[in-house]
Amino acid sequence: MPDALVPAANDALPFSTRSELRFLACGSVDDGKSTLIGRLIADASGLFEDQIRALKADSRRFGTTDDGLDYALLLDGLEAEREQGITIDVAYRFFSTARRAFVVADTPGHQQYTRNMATGASNAELAILLVDARKGLLEQTRRHAAIVSLLGIRHVVLAVNKIDLVDFSEVRFREIAASFEAFAAPLDFHSVTPIPLSARDGDNVAIRSQRTPWYPGPSLLAHLETIETDPESAEAPMRFPVQWVNRPDAEFRGFAGTVASGRVKVGDPVVIAGSGRMTEVVRIVTFDGDLQSAEAGRSVTLTLKDEVDVARGDVLADPRQRPTVTRRFAADLVWLDEATAVAGRRFLLKLGSTTVPVALTRIVDTLDIDSLERAPGEALALNAIGRVEIEAGAAVAFDPYDANRGTGAFILIDRATLRTAAAGMVVESLDAARDVHRHAETVTPAVRASLKGQIPLVVWLTGLPGSGKSTVANIVERKLAALGRHTMLLDGDNLRHGLNTDLGFDRAARSENVRRVGEMAKLMTEAGLIAIVALVSPFQADRTRAAALMPEGQFLEIFVEAPIELCRQRDPKGLYAKAERGQLANVTGLDQAYERPEDPALVVNTSEISAEEAADRIIAKIIHLG
Amino acid sequence: MSARVLVARAAHEPNVETNVATATADRARLSPHLQRLEDEAIHILREVVAEFRKPVMLYSVGKDSSVMLHLARKAFHPAPPPFPLLHIATGWDFRALLEHRDRTARQYGLELLVHGNAEAASAGVNPFDTETGEYSRLMLTEALKSALDHHGFDAALGGGRRDEEKSRAKERIFSHRSADHVWDPRNQRPELWRLFNTRLASGDSMRVFPLSNWTELDVWTYIQAEAIPIVPLYLAAERWVVERDGALIAVDDERMRFLPEEKTVKRQVRFRTLGCWPLTAAIESKASDVTGVVAELLDTRSSERQGRLVDAALQASMERKKREGYF
Repeated sequence: MPDALVPAANDALPFSTRSELRFLACGSVDDGKSTLIGRLIADASGLFEDQIRALKADSRRFGTTDDGLDYALLLDGLEAEREQGITIDVAYRFFSTARRAFVVADTPGHQQYTRNMATGASNAELAILLVDARKGLLEQTRRHAAIVSLLGIRHVVLAVNKIDLVDFSEVRFREIAASFEAFAAPLDFHSVTPIPLSARDGDNVAIRSQRTPWYPGPSLLAHLETIETDPESAEAPMRFPVQWVNRPDAEFRGFAGTVASGRVKVGDPVVIAGSGRMTEVVRIVTFDGDLQSAEAGRSVTLTLKDEVDVARGDVLADPRQRPTVTRRFAADLVWLDEATAVAGRRFLLKLGSTTVPVALTRIVDTLDIDSLERAPGEALALNAIGRVEIEAGAAVAFDPYDANRGTGAFILIDRATLRTAAAGMVVESLDAARDVHRHAETVTPAVRASLKGQIPLVVWLTGLPGSGKSTVANIVERKLAALGRHTMLLDGDNLRHGLNTDLGFDRAARSENVRRVGEMAKLMTEAGLIAIVALVSPFQADRTRAAALMPEGQFLEIFVEAPIELCRQRDPKGLYAKAERGQLANVTGLDQAYERPEDPALVVNTSEISAEEAADRIIAKIIHLG
Repeated sequence: MSARVLVARAAHEPNVETNVATATADRARLSPHLQRLEDEAIHILREVVAEFRKPVMLYSVGKDSSVMLHLARKAFHPAPPPFPLLHIATGWDFRALLEHRDRTARQYGLELLVHGNAEAASAGVNPFDTETGEYSRLMLTEALKSALDHHGFDAALGGGRRDEEKSRAKERIFSHRSADHVWDPRNQRPELWRLFNTRLASGDSMRVFPLSNWTELDVWTYIQAEAIPIVPLYLAAERWVVERDGALIAVDDERMRFLPEEKTVKRQVRFRTLGCWPLTAAIESKASDVTGVVAELLDTRSSERQGRLVDAALQASMERKKREGYF
């Protein structure tokens, strides 16, 4: 049995130096995880008398131990779960000693709940991996270690529990510790601390046990109280995502936010990552008076020297060490949703204080968390982990997650269900020219648009060859011009004579064709124009990607519909005839599929209405948008 | 220091509390732990203002609300908090609490909305005759829901803490509520890093708890360090109480219903939480200032909701209440 409890707490008031550690406990009910956390809380004197009374009553009703207190019952919060005897979600527990306050994320060990573990791990600095001394390392332990490492936790405790049930065997303990260290070698942990313990009896939990005289290390609580987790975010370059612009009156214009990494000081030059504009920090304002500097984690308000354009979502950064600013990047995802991830799906991405529409452009691979090997994949199901490529509608400023947790993490939100679909960690930019930083524009797209007095827009006409896209698009442009709108028509065939002359008609070439036209249309809107695109663009994923380039509501996907028979009759360019003679391959509607728009803004059927009428309907839609 | 006047009364006469209790100003730097909690709460408060159309702060006037309001004043400084305060009043609130509420709103120039379930009150619902669970549902949960609907608030900031009670421990900081304010503990959005998913379908709303990661001790040490004014009922004083089923019930006004043989006695008591006064038990205490409360807290072994009879009604009462739309 453990010897007398060493008073760890309450000898100093008012805890002026008390620090904080947030940690994650991983393992299953069988490993005794809930018992361990309950025991830690109880032994660190976080347990109140009325809770002990309730626990005694509960132990009699629900307990799984034959006698005494079932510490696990302290943790299972919700009624239904308690009846099932399992924990199904992330629960947060609190206890403290004089030295430290602890926040414990308690997550379940079942395979299907990877999402809960990722959730708990995202805010933790340390993880306790629980192992049953009789069973040794299980697949589950390896899986937990892999997720913990992926989420950026660098300190791990291997809690070898139920050591009493293997007769306090040193050999058994060393065996388990050695096999874990071998497995964890590639996982980039900065510290791995194996501790033999019995959660039920309290050996090596709060105090060192006399029953493991061969163990020279600290008790679990002593380790948690003293470990210094690396202040990585404090040493990383300065990043300050602007959360909210504070304008109480004409005099004051402050930028409120939390320093994501590094340290900001009065007089520091800063760059607004998105625009490339430079300015200088004038004041660091807080309710308790101005500061000279503020380090990672502090929520402050900055004022800047110049009247620059800064809004929520912008990132202020150290100009000598800038974040990457790009629309295309690779990332690792932990998939959290029932609806599977496939290329072409669109989401909202939230990173720092910015939220932008994005498309998943490619699933690169999936990670097997048992073998730590990556295999090519095409989809990510619930609880899967994998590498993807993402294209955002607007440039995003970020750092790789392994260099900066605060500016490399993001979530994906399903646009229909609004659920949080994925936890994401940026790996790298996909731009060929990574160190090209955006040049600050003095005349912005908004200025150009307001000079023209219109809201720029992409009107994207898709449909089979011969469905009437070009005819309708021409009428639309003529009518808009008559209304005094500034427009530009981008016709697929015409562009293939110049910009896209190098492209053929196979699937990959068509995708690239659509990508270029999408980018071109976006540039036109940045010039303040209404861009009208007439392009077969047969694949939904390509159209989705083009739409993702534009802000919400500024991309109209219009399906110009006509039966294939009618298109063949019309055959304005003789394509169908040529294909039938065997002189042409890759003709949409014949040997190449056309994917109907899933959710078009408008459908105009040119077999039912005239081109003139179709154009009028499109105009009505545009006018409606302003 | 606190300044309270206690007027001696004959038996069965209510207590009188005046003035406001403030901690001794101890403007020493916050500990790294409290600083982290403060920064985190400020971040959450700003996120709410940046992301929601019409937020409100639920202001119960208790110690947690007082801390949350203090944090809001910090978060938006030099601007005032850009949302109104909403107090759900049952008509059985401690008078000292109402005074503190009005004084605070006036002093900081805040918009204060007060809402109650007048219909239920005039139908005779009261803490003596109505079953406690039902009383709480009608006078608190229903009143809150109707106030939120009436004003069309899409986000409501609350002072709930995860350490208060088991079902809270699993609740998100941004807690999604479907139509009719229902909380579904099995269908919560995963919450990663500090990236809160604030998207709402029409008719849905969000409850947001900036103090999620605070403990009762954190709240008190923060009140101490920041010298935050609190209702004097939290501090020990001689008060008229009735001993009933082992609990000490303070007599706050003349509506108290006495059982035969019951007598008011004077005791040195304070409150750990402030609910409707006939349903909130006092504890015997000598902690007459905030420092004393902190010392007592480190010493006692009783979690704070013990004193609230409403919660003793059912073992898993909080989860049930929260599913229905409680705070």
